Parts: sequence; structure tokens; C-alpha cells
Amino acid sequence: MTALLDVAGLCRRFPVGKRTLHAVDGVSFDIAPGEAVGLVGESGCGKSTLVRMLTRVLDPSEGSIHFDGREIGQTAAARFTRTPDRALIQMVFQDPTDSLNPRFTAFDCIADPLLRLKGPWTRDSLATRVHELAGMVGLPVPLLGRFPHQLSGGQKARVGIARALGPEPRLLILDEPTSALDVSVQAVVLRMLDELRHRLGVSYLFVSHDLNVVRLLCDRVMVMYLGKLVETGTVAEVFDHPAHPYTRALLSAIPGLEGTLGERVRLTGEPRSPIDPSPNACRFHGRCPIGEHRCAEHMPVPQDLGGRHRVACHLAGGTP
Amino acid sequence: MSALLEIDDLSLDFRTRGGTIRALEQVSLSVAAGETVGVVGESGSGKSVLSFAVMGISDAAARVTAGQIRFEGRELHAADLASLRGAQMAMIFQNPRVALNPIRAVGKQIEDVLRRHAGVSGAEARSRAIEMLAKVRIPDPERRAAAYPFEMSGGMCQRVMIALALACSPKLLIADEPTTGLDVTTQAAIMDLIGDLAHETGMSTILITHDLGLAAQRSDRIAVMHAGHLVEVAATADLFDRPAHPYTRKLIATTPRPSVGLTDLEPIPGSLPDLRGVLPPCRYARRCERYEAICEAVPLPRIEVGHAHVVHCARPL
Repeated sequence: MTALLDVAGLCRRFPVGKRTLHAVDGVSFDIAPGEAVGLVGESGCGKSTLVRMLTRVLDPSEGSIHFDGREIGQTAAARFTRTPDRALIQMVFQDPTDSLNPRFTAFDCIADPLLRLKGPWTRDSLATRVHELAGMVGLPVPLLGRFPHQLSGGQKARVGIARALGPEPRLLILDEPTSALDVSVQAVVLRMLDELRHRLGVSYLFVSHDLNVVRLLCDRVMVMYLGKLVETGTVAEVFDHPAHPYTRALLSAIPGLEGTLGERVRLTGEPRSPIDPSPNACRFHGRCPIGEHRCAEHMPVPQDLGGRHRVACHLAGGTP
Repeated sequence: MSALLEIDDLSLDFRTRGGTIRALEQVSLSVAAGETVGVVGESGSGKSVLSFAVMGISDAAARVTAGQIRFEGRELHAADLASLRGAQMAMIFQNPRVALNPIRAVGKQIEDVLRRHAGVSGAEARSRAIEMLAKVRIPDPERRAAAYPFEMSGGMCQRVMIALALACSPKLLIADEPTTGLDVTTQAAIMDLIGDLAHETGMSTILITHDLGLAAQRSDRIAVMHAGHLVEVAATADLFDRPAHPYTRKLIATTPRPSVGLTDLEPIPGSLPDLRGVLPPCRYARRCERYEAICEAVPLPRIEVGHAHVVHCARPL
């Protein structure tokens, strides 16, 4: 099976005065058609920069992005908007209130990308398509005439998803789609997203820091730390046998209803600065509970742990 | 065990142009010394309104229509609150970047609290402020005291908020969504810090959160709120083992957690009722799967289903 998205050695650097901020540093991964991949990591780790490069609103400094076999990383962001691939990569944003135009009705919000990327439309065919999309996400047709401020959080989330599905994307990037929602609504939206993926065969890149949600929705998960992917694997591999100490800390920090504070990996200190980081030290060194001398001298390279499980740590597997 | 804070049958309305919003109705909750009580519920359930009422910082449109709040056995009046706030009880707000003064160095902000409530000034206030920053584990506190909120990360700002709240060793801390918007690893560190400091000083904590998992992990007891009613309160383990209110059961079943799959999550149908106008005795009745005619026929009962386990429901589980 050929990958839908194949990213190799992707980097993005930003100048900060005379120095350089390495936001994304040599990231490689792929996503198969119909696959759901989770991307987790703390704020500032480069998730958003990576997503902005994949949606081609930001140009990479280095590396390639192959989409459906075509190299799209070299196309300048300004030109990409006019290629047919623009329709095929769509995004659902974090806050449905901020990401919907307040002066557009729900109908206009969903119709806008259709008018720009698809068509030609007649008034009737456009209405038919918008109604069809509303049906897909369970948004009652009478609500289409309302403005965002007249809709509930869950309804706005549905509008955001319908809008992204309109141009029939093959890759949908979801940035914390449920973090602004109450748990009661979140469950409904998660189920709907799962059902839509299986029905439409669209691939998901699911960006979140709620690991419980990633586990429910994704086939594979990638853990990012300061611009690098430190661990990747299937959900079972990563959640049941986390190999990187950062992944273990993340997993042990999830509050589970089973309650009590068990064996927790406590992280101390703040993350290292992403500005001019040492190319020879592990990015997690200094915050790592099991770090050793060599971690400060050699950058660990990703190693295979069997299956699809890969980890970049000198001490992976050494300590359970 | 004597209660530090007692909220007794508190009802609170907001008068608005669109009508009177009955934001709290007959809410009773007590917090013992040294205890951590979690308050959970969906947005709009009245969690924050309750904590604002305790602190006496409700919106101008708010009117307490019934009930009282007692702190160390004395009824709280608006006049006493000014001296208690900041000294005896303190609050941590959801968004530290908004809650901190953006144009004042963080050390100065802590000094302000100490000057106002602890009666210290000058060099002593300054050294105590630095001491507080060290206590909340901010590295290099002398230098950081001169920093402005925009120069710090979200987790750091939240630590400053905690230092501000705890500067005068309050007896009661209200933490209103203290970690929403922070990463899980930062969340764990902040909650560890609050827990450690509370344990050290014997402080009581009210933890307001929409995250049932967080409440489960950090609270001795949990109160569940829905649409301005406190529907159930119980010891944490009790609440999860034997939820008595249908809403509590649903809330647990809809929360993603390690042991369940997507199809096991039970959505809660409907949404919170409009709190203006006439409401049925049970505000959950219209969403409830156990609804029967009796739910609208009788006033909402208060039933003790176990030791210190109270539910407000005509047909408890």
C-alpha cells in the first residue's frame, strides 16, 4: 500500500535575532489512506508548525512532503492555494468559535470552501451539497440559517467538520477538535468522526494533547518533543509499552477515573530552549528522569523496536 | 471534624434584561479543614458562580435570594469579605495570563498582596515575595521576580498565581480550573504543587474542574453540579463505585479513560435547560433516562444513600 502522505526530513527554522529557532527538526513519517494518526506533545514542541507545513500555508526550510505520490513541499505556499491538491488537504480547527466567520451563517461557512475549490455550482446544486454535508455531521437543516453565536459549541464543531469535508479531502488534519467541548458533547463528536473516517475512507492526522482521546480515535500515534518525533508506533505499542521516558511521563500524567495517584513519572524543570539547540545532545536531556552522561554527548537516532514501533532514546527498553 | 466553610441552601439569581437567571438553587456544601473538595459539571452548571459567591466577587447583577455562607462558623458578610479575601481565603483563576497584571513585574504583584494583608513592607515584602516564588519552584526566583507575565510560559504564570494566592497562608484555596489549557505534564506538576502546599499548611482546597479524571485523582470528596443544582456529593471512591444520580453515572460513562473504547462512551442527550423562567423541580428531568411522572410531581428530595453520600433525585440509582 502506498502512503497517502510521506514526509521525509522535514525541517522549519525561524530566525530569532542572529540565532535560529528549530521549530521542526528532521521529522519523517507517513500516513496510509484511511489511516488515523495521532500527534501528541506539549505546547511549543512544534506540532502547529508541522501542521502548517502539511497544510502548505508555511514553507518548509528543508525536507520533502509527498502527497499521493506528488511532491508538494517545493510548491510555494502562495501558489499551492491554486493547485487541485488544496482541496484534498483540509483542516478542522481547535476553537469552533474563533474559526468560524461571525458574519457568515452556518450555510455560508460550509458553502465558502465549496465555492472556492469546487464547482461550478448552481444555486440548487450548492444547496443540495451543503444539506448533504450537514446531514453527514448531524446538523439539522433549519440551523443552517443561523450565525455562529446562535449555535452551541457542539453545533459549531459540526459546522467546522462539515466545512472541512466539503471539498472531499483525502487528508483531514484535526487540531484539538474537541478540546473546547464539554465531555457530554465530546463523546458524540468523537463517535461521529470515527464513523465518518470509516465511511469516507479519509485519512486523519489528529493533533491533541488529550491522550485518552487519541487512544480512542487513532491507529497510530507519534510523540513529538522539541521539534523531533521521539516515539512512534501503533496505539497498542505506544500506550501499552511506552519506550521513551517522555512518553512514559505523558502517559502517567493522564488522570484516569480509576483514580488514585499511582506510580508517576514526575518531570522537573522546563523544556530546553528550541533556539540553537546542541546538535549532539538529546533534546529531553536535563528533564529526563533516567538521563545519562552519553545523552548529553550524542543525539539518539530513531531505532526499530519491532512492528511499527520506533523510538529515539539511548536507554529505550533498558528500563521498563 | 469541624467545617471550615459551610454553604447552606444557597440560592442566587442574576437579573438580566432577558429575565431572571436562576443560577444556583439551594446548594449546600461544606468543606472541612485540610480537605480537598472537587466540584465538577458541564460549562454553565454553576461551578464558578458558586465559587465567586463564596469569595464575594459575584457580578453586579447577582442577588443571593436565600441561604448563607459560613466561614469558621461565622456568617460571611460583604464587609468582612474584604479582610478575609487574600488573607484567609484565596483563589486561583483559570487563565493566569489574563488574571495577572500584565504591566507589573510578578515579584511586585506578590509584594502588593503581602503589603495589603500581612502588613509587611519594603525589604521584608521583597524577600518574602522571592521566598514564595522559590516555594512554587520557579527556578532563579531573584531574577524571575523582575519578570513580567508575558516573559513567562503558561505553566510559570500559573505558578505565580499560586504564589500570589498562597502568599498569606490562606485557610481556604479555591482553584477554578487551575490547569485548563496547560499540557498534561505541566498539569501534573501544578496539581502536585497545590497538593504538597495544601498538605504542608493544612489548607482546604475547592477544586473546580470539568475534568472528572482530575477531580478523581486529586479530591477527597466530589460534588457534582448540573444547571445550578448540586445533584450529588460523596467521597471520591464512593462516587465512582456507587453513583446514585443518573447524571453522575452518565458523566462517568461519557468520559474517555484508559479502560474503555469509543463505543462504550455514552453521550448525554440534550443540553442544559434555559435557567430563565419556570423550571421543573429536577433540572435534569428532561435529559434523564430514568424520568417518570414523579420527577415533576414532588419537590426535589435530599436522600442520604450512604455515609456522607447525598443525592438530590426522586429516583436515584
